[in-house]
Amino acid sequence: MSLKLENIELAFDGFCVLNRINLSVDRGEFVCLLGPSGCGKTSTLRVCAGLETPIRGRVIVDGQIVTDGSDVLPPEKRKIGFLFQDFALFPHLNVFKNVAFGLKDFPKSEIEDRVQEVLKQVRMEKYANALPHMLSGGQQQRVALARAMAPQPRIILLDEPFSGLDSGLRAEIRDQTLHILKSSNVAAVMVTHDPEEAMFMGDRIILMKDGNIVQDGTPTELYSQPVDHFAASFFGEINILKGVIKNDQAKTVLGYVPAKGFKEGEKVDVLVRPENIKIQRVLDDIGANEKAHIMAARYLGRESLLHIRVEDENANTTHLHARVDGQLLPKENESIMATMDYEHAFVFRAS
Amino acid sequence: MDQTVTALKPLKIKKILDGWTLFTVITALIISSPVLVVVAYVFVPSGEIWTHLTNTVLPNYIFNTFILLIGVGAGTLVIGTGCAWVVTMCKFPGQKIFEWALLLPLAVPAYVIAYTYTGLLDFAGPVQETLREIFGWSSRRDYWFPEVRSLWGAVTMFTLVLYPYVYMLSRAAFLEQSICVLEVSRTLGRTPWQAFKDVAFPLARPAIAAGSALALMETLNDFGTVNFFAVDTFTTGIYRTWFGLGEPVAAAQLGACLLIFIVSLIALERYSRGQAAYHHTTVRYRALRKLHISPFKQALCFTFCFFPVFLGFALPAGILLNWTRDTTEWWMNLRFLSLALNSFTLASIAAVLAVVLAVLMAYGVRLKPSFLTKLSVRAASIGYAVPGSVLAVGIMLPFAWTDNLVDSWAREHLGFSTGLLLSGTIVAVVFAYIVRFLSVSYNAIEAGLGKITKNMDCAARTLGHGPGETLQKVHLPLIRASMFSAGILVFVDVMKELPATMIMRPFNFTTLAVRTFELASDEQLAAASSAALAIVLVGIIPVIMISRTIAKSRPGQQN
Repeated sequence: MSLKLENIELAFDGFCVLNRINLSVDRGEFVCLLGPSGCGKTSTLRVCAGLETPIRGRVIVDGQIVTDGSDVLPPEKRKIGFLFQDFALFPHLNVFKNVAFGLKDFPKSEIEDRVQEVLKQVRMEKYANALPHMLSGGQQQRVALARAMAPQPRIILLDEPFSGLDSGLRAEIRDQTLHILKSSNVAAVMVTHDPEEAMFMGDRIILMKDGNIVQDGTPTELYSQPVDHFAASFFGEINILKGVIKNDQAKTVLGYVPAKGFKEGEKVDVLVRPENIKIQRVLDDIGANEKAHIMAARYLGRESLLHIRVEDENANTTHLHARVDGQLLPKENESIMATMDYEHAFVFRAS
Repeated sequence: MDQTVTALKPLKIKKILDGWTLFTVITALIISSPVLVVVAYVFVPSGEIWTHLTNTVLPNYIFNTFILLIGVGAGTLVIGTGCAWVVTMCKFPGQKIFEWALLLPLAVPAYVIAYTYTGLLDFAGPVQETLREIFGWSSRRDYWFPEVRSLWGAVTMFTLVLYPYVYMLSRAAFLEQSICVLEVSRTLGRTPWQAFKDVAFPLARPAIAAGSALALMETLNDFGTVNFFAVDTFTTGIYRTWFGLGEPVAAAQLGACLLIFIVSLIALERYSRGQAAYHHTTVRYRALRKLHISPFKQALCFTFCFFPVFLGFALPAGILLNWTRDTTEWWMNLRFLSLALNSFTLASIAAVLAVVLAVLMAYGVRLKPSFLTKLSVRAASIGYAVPGSVLAVGIMLPFAWTDNLVDSWAREHLGFSTGLLLSGTIVAVVFAYIVRFLSVSYNAIEAGLGKITKNMDCAARTLGHGPGETLQKVHLPLIRASMFSAGILVFVDVMKELPATMIMRPFNFTTLAVRTFELASDEQLAAASSAALAIVLVGIIPVIMISRTIAKSRPGQQN
């Protein structure tokens, strides 16, 4: 176990920022801390680095306790790499000196080789003499990564490292960063607010909200087995259907969903992603219990987005979004049959 | 999963008071001690002397101080704000030059301008002589001429050299104002004058209040002018009570009275700022389009800006230059050089110390921005508002006490006398300068450090450098320019400083400022000119620095 946080509690000015955070990261594992802004993900990272002093809780790195309540081993003694959102390159030092900055414990003869090695890794060896302001955003990011990696840290922490880059560049740099970190087999923790980025980068995702961990699991688990409304809706738009439990099933306007562990007659919310709503053309609407109409249909290329209005037997309407194959583009006001893929529907207690 | 876990050695004490915080707090305590001493003397009984003071001079001190404050306040407000608005908003011949020229009087210490005008306008001076020749008057009784050496003369002198504080800050505020706000007010039917009165002036009020407060604090600090003009105020009173009447305790208590004025000034400034916590609602900045005005109004603007520069700088500097030319043999001699060397040495030592202390304290606050460190820094910066004479009392009393204590201990145990170790030495003078001017360097350094993102610190720390190393390798190279300008500002302030130097300097140790004062007191005005001119010339350096900063301050503003 490379990094372990036990019951970390952190407060700023009496305001609780982290509420008993527990997490662990293995060597070579890439973990993403995901959540909306203000959820405490960056604070968690800063506690790991020794930049914040928690009220309670322990941080253990490679079997060494580095934070024990308010006893904090200062960051300079932790051998933890930190990659900042704004890169934080020292403006008065050139690329070489920036990368060499953390190598003060290295023998003089090895510094040059080590700097060249990491610069080569990030493909910036040609810019050793450049000053940071002469580099583009992507290049600065690579130098910052090289600088953080150079002292061979036990763990590397990344704080929204791609948010300063424009979107075209971001995908490319993201890919490179992932490969560099994976090949060096270092434990990595990255903070992001972008679920897609977290799924792209992370072996594991830790979803946070209001200083608590909501869910900790693989990207697949978070996407397909969310633990609550928040986790389900964080990975993209989601439809919420009202439902009532009958015989361990939730009855909704789109049919029945298996739902165990609820009381008979309990009100529930059934969450279903737009891509898991199925529609069929109906030739005649006789016999259909629920009426569904297409309100608008938009062709988006690979797929189409349909706005559907569904009416139940009491004439209450529900507005749904469905993503369907791009080929199938119904007309507005067309009556359709709408169902859902109940294996991918999530049933939670009504909020 | 279960590995052996090595525990962290407890660091309990370190986290509450680490070295940096401790240093910041202790330094701040030492720096603010003179003020605390003066305040503490309020509780020391001083006997008969106060009855005597209240019956004789005290009402006079209070009256004079009040008139000075009101007169200088009104004068600097009108001239400072008016010139700032005209120069910022209107186009007229010479406007570009006036932008910086209006700051020049800042280079002239009040006592220097006072001597110059006395030399020019008193009975034996060239102006009255010429008038007498023209009209055939022979004695004082034949005509009336305004007396320079009077309360109103002092008000005029202070106004002429202190209005740049108001000018400087209100101009900066006008430049920062979004042009959109002003243009909106014009489209809503305001004339340019109404736009000034209803929009620009209220928006700039916090800055104007801050400028006026600075000007008034300088007025209260002054010793040379009021002493020379024989206008009895608290500053002269403190000096006389201590050295004339030999009553240090009463002097300290007078100092405490003066502090009340200062505290109310600061409170007034804070209040005015708090009332007007405006935020700019738009971030759109465009180059200000200057108003085109009629030739008559242009002439009016020109005159309005010309007189402050002429009377506050050009005329006195010209007179000094003239006098210096007439007394060349004096100013070339070694006496002048040794005086200049003394001033230079004192100013350099004080500047270096003030910068070093400011860097360490500002960095201490940066490391631990706690209530304790912030309060410490606040306390350490009060000195700037406290007149040099009051500080002198607050420093000399405990220093003399310490000296006596050490001396008697040494005599008793070691068998020899240590004499004066602190009081009456350079240590005391330099300490007084640090107390008074630390906040000057601190503000400059803090602004410099503020431009470095906190992530720089974090990056250096996670890369294995401790706080001290981080300061040395990251911050110091990045704030070199701020350190330099902080040093220059302190250097120049020390060169000009008179009251504290007067009282605390070692025996027979004279600086340019003190020599100017001494010669002028002996009515040898012309002989004082070269030293005075040297002070003025050095004083121009920060004026240039300030005007450059202001010119660069407006986002989107060219030139």
